[in-house]
Amino acid sequence: MVAAPADIAPPVPVGERAQRLVRWLPVAGAVLVVALYVAFKNTAVLPHDDDASLFHWLNDARDWVDENRNTSPFFLYFINYVRLGVAELFTLFQTALTALGWPGLIGVAAGLGWLAGGWRIALVSVVGFAGIGALGLWDASVDTLALTLSSVLLSLVIGIPIGILAGRSPRVRRIVSPVLDVMQIMPTFSYLSPIVLLFLIGPASATIATMIYAIPPAIRITALAIQRVSPTAVEASESLGATGGQTLRKVRLPMALNTITLGVNQTIAAALSMVPLVALIAAPGLGVDLIRALARVNVGAALVPGIAIVIIAIVLDRITRSAAVSRARSSVVRWAGFAVAIVAGLALTPVLAPEFPEQWQIQIVRPINDVVGWIEANWYGFTGFLNDTVAYGLLNPLQDVLTSAPWWLVTLAVLAFAWRFSGLRAGLVAAGCLVAIAALSLWEHGMETLTIVLVASVITIAVGLALGIAAARSRWFAAVLRPILDAAQTMPSFSYLLPAVALFGNGRFTAIIASLIYAVPVVARLVEDGVRAVPGTVVEAARSAGSTDRQLLWKVQLPMAKSSLLLAANQGIVMTLAMVVIGALVGAGALGYDVVAGIAQQEDYGKGLAAGVALVLLGVMLDRITQGASGRPNSKKKRIA
Amino acid sequence: MGTAAIEVRGLWKIFGPKADRIIGSPDAELDSAALRAKTGCTAAVRDVSFEVRPGEVFVVMGLSGSGKSTLVRCLTRLIEPTGGDVAIGGEDVRGMSAAQLRELRRHRVSMVFQHFGLLPHRRVLDNVAYGLEIQGVAKAVRHEKARAILSLVGLEGHEDSYPDQLSGGMQQRVGLARALAVDPEVLLFDEPFSALDPLIRRDMQAEVVRLHREVGKTMVFITHDLSEALKLGERIAIMRNGSIVQVGTPEELVGAPADDYVADFVRDVPKSHVLSLRWISRQPDADEPLDGPELPADTVIHDAIPAAMASARPIRVVADGELVGVVDRVDLLGAVRLGEGIGAQAGEALAGTPASSSASSASASSSAEEA
Repeated sequence: MVAAPADIAPPVPVGERAQRLVRWLPVAGAVLVVALYVAFKNTAVLPHDDDASLFHWLNDARDWVDENRNTSPFFLYFINYVRLGVAELFTLFQTALTALGWPGLIGVAAGLGWLAGGWRIALVSVVGFAGIGALGLWDASVDTLALTLSSVLLSLVIGIPIGILAGRSPRVRRIVSPVLDVMQIMPTFSYLSPIVLLFLIGPASATIATMIYAIPPAIRITALAIQRVSPTAVEASESLGATGGQTLRKVRLPMALNTITLGVNQTIAAALSMVPLVALIAAPGLGVDLIRALARVNVGAALVPGIAIVIIAIVLDRITRSAAVSRARSSVVRWAGFAVAIVAGLALTPVLAPEFPEQWQIQIVRPINDVVGWIEANWYGFTGFLNDTVAYGLLNPLQDVLTSAPWWLVTLAVLAFAWRFSGLRAGLVAAGCLVAIAALSLWEHGMETLTIVLVASVITIAVGLALGIAAARSRWFAAVLRPILDAAQTMPSFSYLLPAVALFGNGRFTAIIASLIYAVPVVARLVEDGVRAVPGTVVEAARSAGSTDRQLLWKVQLPMAKSSLLLAANQGIVMTLAMVVIGALVGAGALGYDVVAGIAQQEDYGKGLAAGVALVLLGVMLDRITQGASGRPNSKKKRIA
Repeated sequence: MGTAAIEVRGLWKIFGPKADRIIGSPDAELDSAALRAKTGCTAAVRDVSFEVRPGEVFVVMGLSGSGKSTLVRCLTRLIEPTGGDVAIGGEDVRGMSAAQLRELRRHRVSMVFQHFGLLPHRRVLDNVAYGLEIQGVAKAVRHEKARAILSLVGLEGHEDSYPDQLSGGMQQRVGLARALAVDPEVLLFDEPFSALDPLIRRDMQAEVVRLHREVGKTMVFITHDLSEALKLGERIAIMRNGSIVQVGTPEELVGAPADDYVADFVRDVPKSHVLSLRWISRQPDADEPLDGPELPADTVIHDAIPAAMASARPIRVVADGELVGVVDRVDLLGAVRLGEGIGAQAGEALAGTPASSSASSASASSSAEEA
């Protein structure tokens, strides 16, 4: 709009003046915001109030639901049946896996591994599951496995058909895609409270919560796989008179199968990262031990179940991943290995003791705690310094500013920033989210969470950019970095909390470190891919014009990788938020803690539910702000990356 | 002659919003850029009409974006036409129900694609048997049939391979076998050999000529390669911007291009390889001896050279037992040298040659022997 005069009137001055104005606008805006802050500091602040009327109202609503749970037709004929059915499914898996016994289960895992990827994968499965037994966590692991499998099964049963529809119809895609976007920026904590309200605590709620988190990759990757099926093959099939069903069964699904298997892989990974969180709503399994130990800052006791979950994640990842890359042409040898491993396992079940043998178990809690103690004793100078620098140098001042500024000023600043960066619509949505957080009576806690997220995001993006650029420019650095990043991405997200706790104890900084470990791999990967995707001919042309490496980077590679960089920033911030919220488990406080408290204590339920909503709003706000001027980054890239 | 194998009347395909309202309106006369600017629509096929005779090889040739691939897909409604009529074997295709259309595609018309469209998860044998499989033919029967077709296209011994284990040329043989396996009346080829390298392409063209001789199917062949069109086509339709500019035998296109566009197209074609003696024969001069070698009027100029080398006397050009004219060495050399002067005679020669299809089929088979 401002540039319009320049278009109409060739005489330069008007256009130039307008352009100069536009250039100074951000600076002027920043100055104005600072001035307003100084002038209105400590007015219109919204200090936290645990007795806000909204919280009471929500508590009353919860009480009403509890009273009518067995009379209201909505619960009687729908919700309660869903709960019973899902619980039944979990029990079925639990019973079956328990009945197999530990030798049988190891045998089945080995057999599946053999079928998917040959003896190597079978070996990984045997060693992995035997390792879980050796950690002395067999029963809890079986519970976790049962919960994971039942939620993955539900995710696939619901997700794959939706994915197929979305892959085939652009209209369905347009409806599904934004819903998945929101589901993916929603911090996992935020839907625990509503689920508990509907389905009570227990395995059923846990399965459903896990499914909500795990279903987006199943839908997204299935849709992508179906879309990517060679259109010529589909056309050839149609040209031979195949019906829609025939083409789906004989062409689309078989050709998409490998990619869909990759979707299963991602679904399992997502489900496993929910294990400790669903322990908060009374899911049995490894998460229970982990949460309890984290609460007591017993790193050794938390690390053992953590390792068990990581092992399960690795075994399931390897099996599904090799199933995805192997061709559907399974050989006789594979099937023979499959059969032998399963029969051997099942045959041993009645022979061997039902419990995993005591003498094969190892005790590692104490040695780990010794190491942690040693770190605390000897590295405190360094870790304490880092912790204090970030806390007093960055977190506290920023938090002071955000909580002492009038709420309308923060909202206006966000509106202006988002407008400038991502357009008016994004700005309005972001500002709307902030107003809604204020309306939820959670302004102060929201600002506290935002503070941690901002600081963590800045560090994450800086580190990710540096690593990504280095990897894109140096072959050997990439060769070293890639496998580390790959390994980091297979791990369930919360597992990053554990080393952070070991080093820094409880607190906000631990959450920052954990989110750093969690989000940096993705940011670095996106940056590297973006810079590498710059066409070789362009780089060559720039070089032949005599650019230095630095000029090449700043004038060619980074500008051309802009959309990848924006996507990296967006992903980095959204992932950081997710991790900072989980950081409530290790003392990061704020909104995440409100949610945990809301589930644990009856009287805090309302606040917890509101905090869950506030987290979603915060997620949407951060996502919109970083959406970038180039519009929505291709959402399909998200999960593949 | 009987009914045409394929008859297309006034066919239109316009992509874009409210495309059907454009046909018959003044907008239909706009060129593509103006049409897109005004309505947001793209006319891929504009008012196209032609007939394909049973057993004929009909080539549609044009540059990329000329609408030829859209046209061939409209024939079996893989792309739904916006207007006009298509009849295959006398039956109206546009009026068919989904089930009738499926029957048409299953039994009567099949297609070979530029990028093969093979199913990577199936063995070659099952790829070829795919058409029969979706018809519900029993496994043993369809495999037997597929094996027979595979040996027809020269792929014995590759039944159990997977497509990605074969070379591009062999993959397209599989595509061809898949189309042939359902024993259709009509074969449609959509630039089937464009993705292959030149030597393989020549082999495959020869293969098509051979198959046409052996199985005698009606074929519609889409290509952007003029030499391919001249080699295979009994008649060729040249498309430009969605319309057919000219339909004719290779001789007619080369000898009497309908407009500058076609003329530009065929300029570099060695005319002596396409045109027959009819185009350069002249009335004998009074003192010319008429006891030279005798050749039929539809002999390709290039093929008359051995006769002229053997005898210094003018060649007598004969049609239906009557003398049409003579051709001497100078005439032949003139024709070989970029076909000078041929254009001038084109009109009258064309008027005198109503049926030159036999000549072009002779040239097609001779080019097959070359290959």
